[in-house]
Amino acid sequence: MDTWSRFLDTFFKPELIRQYLPSIAAGTVTTIEIAFAIVVTGILLGLVLAVLRTFRILPVNMMLVACVDIMRALPPIVLVLLVYFGLPNIGINVPSFAVLWIVLSLVLAAFAEEILWAGILSVPKGQWESARSTGFGLFSTLIYIVLPQAVRLTVPPLTNRTLAITKNTALGTVIGVPEILNQATTGQSFSGNATPLMMGAIAYVILFIPVVALGRFLETRFRWSRA
Amino acid sequence: MTGPILDIRGLRKSFGHVEVLRGIDLAVKPQELVFIIGPSGSGKSTLLRCCNRLEEPNAGTILVDGVDLMDRRTNINAMRRHIGMVFQSFNLYPHLSALSNVSLALRKVVKKSRAEAEALALTALERVGLREKAKSYPSELSGGQQQRVAIARALALEPTIMLFDEPTSALDPELVGSVLGVMRELKQDGMTMLVVSHEMRFARDAADRVIFMDHGLIVEEAPPSQIFTSPREPRTRTFIAELTR
Repeated sequence: MDTWSRFLDTFFKPELIRQYLPSIAAGTVTTIEIAFAIVVTGILLGLVLAVLRTFRILPVNMMLVACVDIMRALPPIVLVLLVYFGLPNIGINVPSFAVLWIVLSLVLAAFAEEILWAGILSVPKGQWESARSTGFGLFSTLIYIVLPQAVRLTVPPLTNRTLAITKNTALGTVIGVPEILNQATTGQSFSGNATPLMMGAIAYVILFIPVVALGRFLETRFRWSRA
Repeated sequence: MTGPILDIRGLRKSFGHVEVLRGIDLAVKPQELVFIIGPSGSGKSTLLRCCNRLEEPNAGTILVDGVDLMDRRTNINAMRRHIGMVFQSFNLYPHLSALSNVSLALRKVVKKSRAEAEALALTALERVGLREKAKSYPSELSGGQQQRVAIARALALEPTIMLFDEPTSALDPELVGSVLGVMRELKQDGMTMLVVSHEMRFARDAADRVIFMDHGLIVEEAPPSQIFTSPREPRTRTFIAELTR
């Protein structure tokens, strides 16, 4: 057997592809579901926190910054393991799917809050002043004038971060969420062949390349030249 | 005899240990155009910004149309609508068209319908001669046009007084005229205006009264004909001599 056919036999074995396609496909659906849930709740929560921070209530902001920094400092896998294996000991049983969803949502929310907060700060003070001088309150200034500008500025870093965190759905493997990587490693152990892992890798590429492209599109779509 | 539109008494404002306004008394009558001049750091912009509480004064009273702005019970957001403000740097909203810049507060603050707000916004843009630029975004307008849109934005809310904070200082010389032209028309229409500016020629032929400020105090106030030709105070004389040199 020459090197080339050994390579094909290791990574692209036709009968294994056929055998594991259904489970990898099911894993892909699971990954999409979790990723979607994480993006929605993570970014929304991040937005709420960033808005909350603009009211500059000192005790609230101190707590907020502390929580956000902890979330950003911890490796997500530590949180996943801590929650999944720790909570049952105090009588709280959370399904593995929910653990992954909640933990990664909180991590994304922490990063999204920081990014959106930076975006809010980068909107010039004069924008606030002209809005306030026409009778807008703090909150409506934020909603109608500041956030639309802040969000445009933050689309590229927010897309990057969202991508980085939704890829962490692969951590579901360690707590038994049947997502892509879990299905792929299961297939690999049963078959003793790397083909299911390669299929998993390909599934990730198919899944995330469009998101990268969407980020690039939004980046150009939302840009406007400043006077 | 009607009372003043704007009545400021004993106004004081400090930034840290620096007292920028050290007791200002100033009344602006209906339809009057009052011009504030003075060296930089004299507190003239701060005075203007206190008039709608963009800066929080430390002491004193500010009455606008008889309503005390410093009173806790006064709804400052509701009052600010009636105090138009025009900034040196225009501060148009870059993500909105000229029309939306002008109509946004009408829709979201005054709660008018979109159609009604846009009709009023178009009228305001017409007044500053930019009706045909309604669909343009700020980045597509010249500095002079942006400032006129900013004037329309304040004007659309039908203010009882308008504050101008160095409205032409950020403009190229050839664009200053169009903005001053709009201000002159506002004056003719009977708008009450308080203007901080260095446009001395405009002050000379449009202002009713000129106020000279220095070190947080009003040093001298007089009609333009008098203050520019025969200022009473030595400090005013020095400042005006510097300007007209």
